[in-house]
Amino acid sequence: MITRFLWQGMTRTLRLFVLLVLAVGILVPLSNLLLPPDNPFRTPSWVLQLMGKYLCYASLALAVDLVWGFCGILTLGHAAFFALGGYCMGMYLMRQIGTRGVYGNPLLPDFMVFLNYKELPWFWHGFDSFWFAAPMIVLVPSVLALAIGWFAFRSRVTGVYLSIITQAMTFALLLAFFRNDMGLGGNNGLTDFKDILGYSVQSDTTRAVLCFVSALVLAIFLVISAAVVGSRFGKALTAVRDAESRMRFLGYRVERYKLFVFVLSAAMAGIAGALYVPQVGIINPSEFSPGNSIEAVLWVAVGGRGTLIGPVIGAFIVNFGKTWLTGALPEVWLFALGALFIVVTLLLPKGVVGLWNQLRNRSRERQARAVA
Amino acid sequence: MLRLRPLSVLLSVLVSLALAGTALAADLTALVGNLTSGGLSERERAINALAASGEERAAPILEALAAGQLYVRISDKLAVIGKADGNKLALTEAISGKPAGSAVEADLERVRVNNRLRGTIEAAVGSLTLMSPNSSVRRSAADALFKRRDATALPALDQALAAEKDPRVRRAMSEARAAIVLTTADSPPAQKLAAITLLRDRGDRDSLGILNTAAAASDGEVKTAAAAAAGAIEQTLAAWQMAQNVWYGISLGSVLLLAAIGLAITFGTMGVINMAHGEMVMLGAYTTFVVQEVIRTSAPHLFDVSLAIALPLAFVVSGAIGILIERTIIRFLYGRPLDTLLATWGLSLVLQQAVRSIFGSSNREVGAPSWMSGAFQLGQLNITYGRLWIVVFALIVFASLILLLRKTPLGLYMRAVTQNRPMAAAVGIRTPRVDALTFGLGSGIAGLAGVALSQIDNVSPNLGQGYIIDSFMVVVFGGVGNLFGTLIAALTLGVVNKFLEPFAGAVLGKILVLVFIILFIQRRPRGLFALKGRSVE
Amino acid sequence: MKAPGITHARSTSALLYLSGVSVSFDGFKALNNLSLLVEPGEMRAIIGPNGAGKTTMMDVITGKTRPDSGEVVFDGTADLTKLDEASIATLGIGRKFQKPTVFENHTVRDNLLLALAGIRSWYRLLTAVPSKAENDRLEQILSIIRMGPQQHMLGARLSHGQKQWLEIGMLLAQNPKLMLVDEPVAGMTDVETETTAQVLREVNKSHSVVVVEHDMSFVRALGVKVTVLHEGSTLAEGSLDQVSADPRVVEVYLGR
Repeated sequence: MITRFLWQGMTRTLRLFVLLVLAVGILVPLSNLLLPPDNPFRTPSWVLQLMGKYLCYASLALAVDLVWGFCGILTLGHAAFFALGGYCMGMYLMRQIGTRGVYGNPLLPDFMVFLNYKELPWFWHGFDSFWFAAPMIVLVPSVLALAIGWFAFRSRVTGVYLSIITQAMTFALLLAFFRNDMGLGGNNGLTDFKDILGYSVQSDTTRAVLCFVSALVLAIFLVISAAVVGSRFGKALTAVRDAESRMRFLGYRVERYKLFVFVLSAAMAGIAGALYVPQVGIINPSEFSPGNSIEAVLWVAVGGRGTLIGPVIGAFIVNFGKTWLTGALPEVWLFALGALFIVVTLLLPKGVVGLWNQLRNRSRERQARAVA
Repeated sequence: MLRLRPLSVLLSVLVSLALAGTALAADLTALVGNLTSGGLSERERAINALAASGEERAAPILEALAAGQLYVRISDKLAVIGKADGNKLALTEAISGKPAGSAVEADLERVRVNNRLRGTIEAAVGSLTLMSPNSSVRRSAADALFKRRDATALPALDQALAAEKDPRVRRAMSEARAAIVLTTADSPPAQKLAAITLLRDRGDRDSLGILNTAAAASDGEVKTAAAAAAGAIEQTLAAWQMAQNVWYGISLGSVLLLAAIGLAITFGTMGVINMAHGEMVMLGAYTTFVVQEVIRTSAPHLFDVSLAIALPLAFVVSGAIGILIERTIIRFLYGRPLDTLLATWGLSLVLQQAVRSIFGSSNREVGAPSWMSGAFQLGQLNITYGRLWIVVFALIVFASLILLLRKTPLGLYMRAVTQNRPMAAAVGIRTPRVDALTFGLGSGIAGLAGVALSQIDNVSPNLGQGYIIDSFMVVVFGGVGNLFGTLIAALTLGVVNKFLEPFAGAVLGKILVLVFIILFIQRRPRGLFALKGRSVE
Repeated sequence: MKAPGITHARSTSALLYLSGVSVSFDGFKALNNLSLLVEPGEMRAIIGPNGAGKTTMMDVITGKTRPDSGEVVFDGTADLTKLDEASIATLGIGRKFQKPTVFENHTVRDNLLLALAGIRSWYRLLTAVPSKAENDRLEQILSIIRMGPQQHMLGARLSHGQKQWLEIGMLLAQNPKLMLVDEPVAGMTDVETETTAQVLREVNKSHSVVVVEHDMSFVRALGVKVTVLHEGSTLAEGSLDQVSADPRVVEVYLGR
């Protein structure tokens, strides 16, 4: 039944796309590890790292699309779920440092020694073990999403009100995580990681494996999302997006449908954040900033909301542009980003994928006319 | 100038004879001479002697000495008081108080004092000035004694009290006396009880301190009376503290109101989610900065009216940009609120970066005109003029907006269009124009807010971002489309925030307020003062 | 377990029982002490000028609006003032809106599938596949509303009349005990109107129906008991001929 469930949403295009993601996830790391440094086909280590980062962003974008594109909930707080997953992973990585920190304290991470902590705060217990941290990466964002969603959807907070609530949520978390009393490194966050599962986070092999895992996770997310969206549940979900009250009059408990995708999506964002942290080597409160959440929404808008391939493409396009522009013309980047928001909403509401479909349909019609 | 010295000495002697009624007319010159020569112990004797002389000039000389401003001019050994004036010192003759030109520090020798001498001087000046002909000097002397509670000054105080006519000074002196009596262990209990009554009536933090000490140090009737008086004072002080918190809250609330009120128009009545609203505020602040820069360079005498000049300009700048935005972007997105949100967010990034490119990313200095600086005391309330004016300004803006909406044709059109667009169009209202003007009005008000906020916040490209979430919270909390709701929400949130701060700290207080609003919106999605009816859906 | 608002003892034999229902919006009384009885198997037409409270009455019955006072009981056991829209729909009250609202990004067939009585639980829908019985029922409804050829067309591409038909089809798919039909023939041609009246009469054989309509010829074609609403309460009740003869009704419709 599970296989049937997973297979039900796989269209031909999506099957090809998942294979493409997997191929990238295998070939890029392998070419970095196996080919000699002077080989022109070798992926440089920095590209490998960048690729891993982009793949995590793509997973986040897919999560945002699931709630926004398919259910019409414009979340401006998904960066918070991403960051919470990241912090859970960061806590595990901090505990792996052991006595190798600057202060060499076997019990406490460096920042706690610095801030005169006497003992480990209660919520840090258990994070020495990966098998404790791993479920937390999923649970912490899901529980927050469950709480927010439960209250919001039950009281029928919709549209921009929900957007503002989620933005206030991530803003409150931003302020909270900046506090040193929070016991999570305050301003500086968690950094100086050494090992993950016993392997050095700095080594090329670990990076290659992390990049592959990110691609694998993205592929799994695509399959799961396709299954959800392609099921009768998915039909109900898009119906909720298009005419919510109509669905209520048909007897559907709309809030439960929303809650399920919202929590699923938060869990996906959390996992993406957890994979992101060891690859960039730091997690700090700025990940909670409202701008990050909105940027993730932009990736979806650029790629094409309400499609599964769109968010992945959008995340790659925008982030490639960001990497390139912030390097080449830093002062232009914000102009470009701002303009992109405006142009996409005004001229390209269906994003790149929508544009491509439109062009393809037009050329097909022209062919059909030519044949006739 | 040297010629004048004997005459001035004579004069000052005569004056002091006449005014202070001191029979002993000691030679001031000799006393000052002792002060500026000799070792530290002689200097102490000289200070006391000078104080005992009752000379009118004694007080300024001793004060200068304590402040390290008493010098001896090397060229002629004249004792002078030097006050910094640019890189030179402006001199006055110590004995006569007449101007004595200026000099650089190298031409002078400072008369040195140590901390012990400073204490001696302070005590000496205190009792000396109790007899001053100037009532405000006498009063500050009494206040100083109240703080110092120097038992040795009691005879001088009693003497001064007997001679005192001015009721306010009398009161200050009796309070000082009460403080001394109460802290002196061997004063008679009856006097102590009277002192306790006096201090209870004074009722400030200092009296509380004295009473607490007295309650701890004494026993019997005095102890209970002191403790009771301390309790009474604590209660009034708590009430004042409460009032102070309310004031801070109102002050914060007025800032929130200013930031949110423009949004209440664009979001509340038009339903347009303008994420670039904060940037309109920021543009208003930068307009103020530019106006002040121009005034600084070309017309410095206009500085005190710089804000009055900036207000209309900021309204026009932000309003015009608002209209431009509405015409070029927002009007294509009516009915698509989520897309409006994204597009205006992009716009906010563009505006921030534009300002950053023009003015740089660092904070810009916007000065306060003289009528906005300083503070005054209202009972135990400490109120700064800057904050007071911002509260007043916020209320004026609010009232004018209500008037505009209720009494002008534009207001009528705006209400008509927001209530029923097709009908408004059908009766001949040019709805696109009303949309543009409404949006311009909301943005212009944000610009006005920017002028006010430039006085209390850092003027940087990020200025607006700090306000956008708060503004939305205020509008939604108050009930969308309800301006009075916005007013009450802003003031409530301001006061709640300030009351949470002492318990939770500023950041945690803010977080609690955010969480509270998040929960509140879920209970009442339409805000405090929701509009009911079928049209809401 | 029993849902809130459901009692075991039947309090009335009527399928739908409204008594003393009042609703006001900011001082405006949309419904004023309204009472209405619909018997099982009955078809009732409700007429009344604009603002008489017809739509608000539907909102109250379907749980969209909570009344300020009054009783609303369905099937003698369910207190509709305590239930939400989804529960009321599941109890067996279907509603067709004045402005046709179909799911524009779904095909005609998927619209009907969503409306089809049956699974509403989200986790079962994740893996559910339309059964043979469900597919048969869909085919049946498609032929009733004569939209078999358009079954794979998106809702957005339907004409106004087709949308009205699809809505009626969705109501049929829902198979409710009571259908509330708000202005079904608005914007239809005479022929379509006549067909709609036929379909409703057909439907009435197995369902109770409440129709709100302005179109008098359509109400006449239905040939059922009529209730006239005015300013939020019942003005007159009876056959169309009876109520049209009532001077108060004439006054309300023609003005003073």
